[in-house]
Amino acid sequence: MFWYVLRRVLIAVPLLLGITFISFLVIHLAPGDPVDFHTGDLSPDSSAQAKQMLRKQYGLDKPLPVQYWNWLIRLARLDFGRSFAPDGRPVLQKIGERLPITLMLNVVEMAIILLFAVPIGVLSATRQYSRFDKATTVFVFMGFATPDFWFALLLILLFAVHLGWLPASGLRDINWEYLSFWKRHWDFLSHLILPIGVATFGGLAGFSRYMRQSMLEVVRQDYIQSARAKGLAERVVIGKHALRNAMLPIVTILGLSLPGLIGGSVIVESIFAIPGMGQLMVQSVFQRDYPVIMGNLVIVSTLTLVANLLADVAYGLVDPRIRLGGRRRQ
Amino acid sequence: MIVLRAAVLVVLALAAAACTSEVGSGTGDDGAARKTVRPVYGDTLIEALLGDIQGLIPNITSDSASHTIGNLIYSGLVKRDESLRLVGDLAESWTVSRDCRNMTFQLKKNAKWHDGRPFTADDVVFTYQAMVNPKTPTAYKEDFKAVESIEAVDAHTVRVRYARPYAKALQSWSTTMLPRHLLESYVTEGRLREAPQNRESPVGTGPYRFKEWRTGEKVVLTANRDYYDTGPYLSRLVYRIIPSQATIFLELKAKGIDSSSTLTALQYKRQTDYPAFRRAYQKFRYPSSAYTYFGFNLKDPRFADKRVRQAFAYAISKQELIEGVRLGLGREATGPYKPGTWVYNPNVKRYPHDLERARQLLAEAGWREKNGDGLLVKDGKPFTFTLMTNQGNDERKKIAELIQASLRELGVGVDIRILEWASFIKEYIKKRRFEAIVLGWGIGLDPDQYEIWHSSKTGPDDLNHISYANPEVDEMLERGRSSCFEDERKKYYDRLQEILAEDQPIVFLYFPDALPVVATRVYGVVESPNGIGFNFTEWFVPRSLQRYTAG
Repeated sequence: MFWYVLRRVLIAVPLLLGITFISFLVIHLAPGDPVDFHTGDLSPDSSAQAKQMLRKQYGLDKPLPVQYWNWLIRLARLDFGRSFAPDGRPVLQKIGERLPITLMLNVVEMAIILLFAVPIGVLSATRQYSRFDKATTVFVFMGFATPDFWFALLLILLFAVHLGWLPASGLRDINWEYLSFWKRHWDFLSHLILPIGVATFGGLAGFSRYMRQSMLEVVRQDYIQSARAKGLAERVVIGKHALRNAMLPIVTILGLSLPGLIGGSVIVESIFAIPGMGQLMVQSVFQRDYPVIMGNLVIVSTLTLVANLLADVAYGLVDPRIRLGGRRRQ
Repeated sequence: MIVLRAAVLVVLALAAAACTSEVGSGTGDDGAARKTVRPVYGDTLIEALLGDIQGLIPNITSDSASHTIGNLIYSGLVKRDESLRLVGDLAESWTVSRDCRNMTFQLKKNAKWHDGRPFTADDVVFTYQAMVNPKTPTAYKEDFKAVESIEAVDAHTVRVRYARPYAKALQSWSTTMLPRHLLESYVTEGRLREAPQNRESPVGTGPYRFKEWRTGEKVVLTANRDYYDTGPYLSRLVYRIIPSQATIFLELKAKGIDSSSTLTALQYKRQTDYPAFRRAYQKFRYPSSAYTYFGFNLKDPRFADKRVRQAFAYAISKQELIEGVRLGLGREATGPYKPGTWVYNPNVKRYPHDLERARQLLAEAGWREKNGDGLLVKDGKPFTFTLMTNQGNDERKKIAELIQASLRELGVGVDIRILEWASFIKEYIKKRRFEAIVLGWGIGLDPDQYEIWHSSKTGPDDLNHISYANPEVDEMLERGRSSCFEDERKKYYDRLQEILAEDQPIVFLYFPDALPVVATRVYGVVESPNGIGFNFTEWFVPRSLQRYTAG
């Protein structure tokens, strides 16, 4: 097992290097120049010399391999560099201030999705082709097919403009600092209801359909038959014997969606004016802010590799076939 | 971004379906009554910004959000008043020598930095040094490179000398002044961007002090009670960052924000035209300092012929364009200057919609015969070209389509190509790989447009993309920028406009109107050729109407 893990870690290093190299190349191939955004593109006020000077300052005048090498050397010292945007702040700081809100939104969304998707999936599997099954199928696919931005705007129009129950956008009230302790929490929460609602509605379909499918397969197994034959209550058969087995693929998918937790949804964030990771990433791409894009990519790809590794290790632990296969090869 | 635009459209469609359109008379006209109210302090104004600010030192940022905030925290020696004339800001008065080369500023003695230190002539000298320092990442160096010498004569007198007369000299001193006592070390080390004053503790001389900047969320400013001029009356300003135009519109409807200038023509004209909105907001409308044009690559022999360009100008109905694209909320452009400003010359050649005249001009240029597709042919080649514009601007896309339809009537085939902004600029505009374009120019407050029209400005990073060259235009531009007297400059720029109108190096289309709305409870907002922001420090909310007490 130890050697297996070690081998996987060693393979991950060149993989990560490859990812960064290709990303670096692709980003620099994209037309446009961070300097243009700095000086206001096509602004008559900014001269060609000013642009040349900025290019030099950022090291953009050097050949691409040299730029990549310099970036890599800095990365080896865990220095992600400074943003090319005029604020010139360290990349990690920029990511750090946006990560918490995105992470929080995504974790809450994921929890709510699971909370609904699992029972929906189980119930529609055990009552296959029932009215409930058909109704939830239509419902979750509506959520899947509804464009986020459209649904979000409709919700704002209803709850913020017409009814006035919830705030339209943002994270905190303008007078948040002056509210009492409980009101502050309610205010923050009320700002999150709509964005979380939109994201949850869109995400229900995936998990609930996986759950349904997996459950359908499991209930056809012999051991479920024997559990029933033993005279166990249906509740126990489904809730204990079937559900546990049916949850395995869900857990796998959950593991794979972990890196996604730090990426924000650009659409939801823009419409609800939430300063999260999605907006940061899109802005940096539009501004060709290479250090921020690369910093973000390194973090996401590292997380993905780690999540894959963990999943593989977990399989090895759980499934003897994988473990034995590994030993036989040795 | 594409998605967001789609979002805007959807909302428009929804709102259009939801409310039956009502024809109203605009804002309630109680202007006279409003003028007699005495200004009082208090209240908060909430405004929306589409993008986050980039930093708190405006001298090193170039986006409009940063400048909106920066101009409230800092101030320059001079500023523009409602009629766009330069008046003193930190400068009490100034004198200019006959040869335009010497300028002496008398500074206001009661101006203070937000940390309590007095503002002195030494800070002016420092700002100059910071701007010309090669390590300062600013886009606004050019103006200061023209300076030959600068000295602080005493604490409140600055003398500047220019190597040669420089028309933009006075205007360049509207640059925001920076404090030497806080920023000197950062400037010398070339680390101005990293200074805490650029992030969390800016110190300026302006009407508002910085309170807080939450990245991507909001910027909060509070009134500077030590301000050297009148006001400011509004106690607190909150700039909320809302990247979606659709959301800003809904926030306005929900009265979540007090002011915005991001309404589209459709939102402004139709979707906000209902009584509740008219009661809650004052709407304003004035020409913005930008125009949209239909430009040609003059290196292309077909477009190098003036008659072809003139024919196109006759073929396009500008009025129809403004109606179709802006719902009438724009003004016809006859040249590169805004109608109603001192430099604008109304007596230039105009091109009323006239297809006959257009056909005739094309025929003179050799485009007589038509092929089987109804396209004009010369030397066996049909007249077709690609018209490019950038993605993300619906107006330009519509203009391209209207031009396509108009020129088709003449027998000219137009293919439209829409490209992402950065690649459009870098791969096509800068490399001159285009036949025709729809684009816009923002115009500065000074009439100098040397960078855009002068024949020497055709390098890859220069702005004369269309490769226009006319010796007389060059001469007018050179003369215009080397005089500092308005009446003299006007002569040169009048002539410039005449030549441009005759030459049509580009077809000048229109100046779109700026369409800001401000909450009705805010008094003192006046529309002028300089927009509505020029007297911002005099805006106030009568006590009985104040909505926010905190702050």
